[in-house]
Amino acid sequence: MDNTVISIQDAVVSYREDVALQGVSLEVKSGEFIGIIGPNGAGKTTLLTVINGLGKLVHGQAWVLGSRLNGRNSINLRKRIGYVAQVENIDPRLPINVRETVMVGCYGRLGLFRRPTRAQWQTVDEVLEMVGMAHLSRRPIGHLSGGEYQRAAIARALVQQPEIFLLDEPTASIDKKAQREILSLIQLIHKEYHTTTLFVTHDLRTLPSICQRLILMKDGKIWQQGSPESMLREEVLSQLYGAPVPVPAEITSLQT
Amino acid sequence: MDLSIFQYHFMQNAILAGLLGGITCSVVGVFVVTMHLSFIGVCIAHAAFAGALLGLWLGFNPLIGALLFSLASAAIIGPVADRGELNPDTSIGIVFSLMLGLAFLFMGLMQGARTEALNLFWGSILTVTQQDLIFLAAITGVIVGLVVVFYKEIQAVICHREVALAVGIPATIVFYGLLFSTGVTITASLQSIGGLLIYCLILNPAAAAYQLTYSLKRMLLIAVAFGVISCWAGLAASYLLAIPSGAAIVITSAIIFGLATAFSPKRKVKRWQQVPLAG
Repeated sequence: MDNTVISIQDAVVSYREDVALQGVSLEVKSGEFIGIIGPNGAGKTTLLTVINGLGKLVHGQAWVLGSRLNGRNSINLRKRIGYVAQVENIDPRLPINVRETVMVGCYGRLGLFRRPTRAQWQTVDEVLEMVGMAHLSRRPIGHLSGGEYQRAAIARALVQQPEIFLLDEPTASIDKKAQREILSLIQLIHKEYHTTTLFVTHDLRTLPSICQRLILMKDGKIWQQGSPESMLREEVLSQLYGAPVPVPAEITSLQT
Repeated sequence: MDLSIFQYHFMQNAILAGLLGGITCSVVGVFVVTMHLSFIGVCIAHAAFAGALLGLWLGFNPLIGALLFSLASAAIIGPVADRGELNPDTSIGIVFSLMLGLAFLFMGLMQGARTEALNLFWGSILTVTQQDLIFLAAITGVIVGLVVVFYKEIQAVICHREVALAVGIPATIVFYGLLFSTGVTITASLQSIGGLLIYCLILNPAAAAYQLTYSLKRMLLIAVAFGVISCWAGLAASYLLAIPSGAAIVITSAIIFGLATAFSPKRKVKRWQQVPLAG
């Protein structure tokens, strides 16, 4: 039985005169954990937006969770896809707390005219407990540190019960300790739920060790892809980034 | 104190208009303040004013002109602010100045006395008609009803619009719905509060409530209370001090904002954030 959950063929995406993706084709199997690396402007985030239907294809096709993305069905598909972006600048006065923010993850599936049930609030509390944020559940979302904010974002994506997890630089702009905690959490979640996961980063030191496949992007194209052992080599990485790049000690665990 | 003034029908109408206008303006104010889109609201208010003046000049119902202009300006400004093709401040400023220019053009082209036009400028809560009140009550009912029914979608969009879009909420429709609600509210309140002053009643109570709570539900209730208090206290000041009612309402709401800011628990937020948080 074919267990492909994402199939992209010859995708082209452009923002006005800039071509962000140029003829990208990709197949992802259910339960895979894929790392996507490359320099800034390589098209990594754009590739994720194609998968959740926010990026508009000017050429090519994309099938996600068995449906061909056509603009009309993307809103329904997004309800089944968890998306965590990098830490954003939040107004500290924003009138919403952590628990309410996490509940937003349920709203898409819940649909219009329906209110969250007590069981859903209980799920939110359980997920907050799991990500180690239960004690901060009533805190205004704007009062969190970068690492705490990312835990809340991951909790929000989890309550969505996603079939695909898209993580777009989730460890960018946070300190090293918080980076390690977020990476451990992401790996723990994958081991627990086996959710198909695409993890984007430009920082090689933040690649989770459970990556099964690495996609190397450059200039809007998939430049190379393969196992972490075959991709994480100094000569490959130096060509990818256009400068000498030693393999960081943090990711040697990926090669063993 | 002589309270016989409250026996007059015009004063009862004014109190009712203050209640309805205070509720509806404050509710949409919470949307624009939380989304940091205050200038969009100013622009829509002036568009409504220009549309109403066009109606007066050409001899059709000014409220229809106000409604069409405010909705059209929301439809133009929304995508401009969204797509980022131009700096939103610049593009909204251009639409704003165009609307102000059109308003003065229509006023200049009018023949004879311009009392009615000036009433739209400053508002005349003391001359609100039964028809105006029915319209305002209907709009208040619709806006409050929409907030109750779509509370969770509105909360998601005004606090986390990108997230709302990513989890499958029709965030763009909700966003434009909020902008159009602002346009309709301004249209409904134009007669009583006036094109220049309406925006203060949208901004000030909501901005004051924003200083006082981290709960959106509480913010809505506080903003409504401030909006209604501003209207009623402004009316009382207008009667007691013999000053224009619209101006008194706006000044009252500004004083409330000043007090809320002075006593805001959020003033300490920045200092608190510099201290490592527990956990």
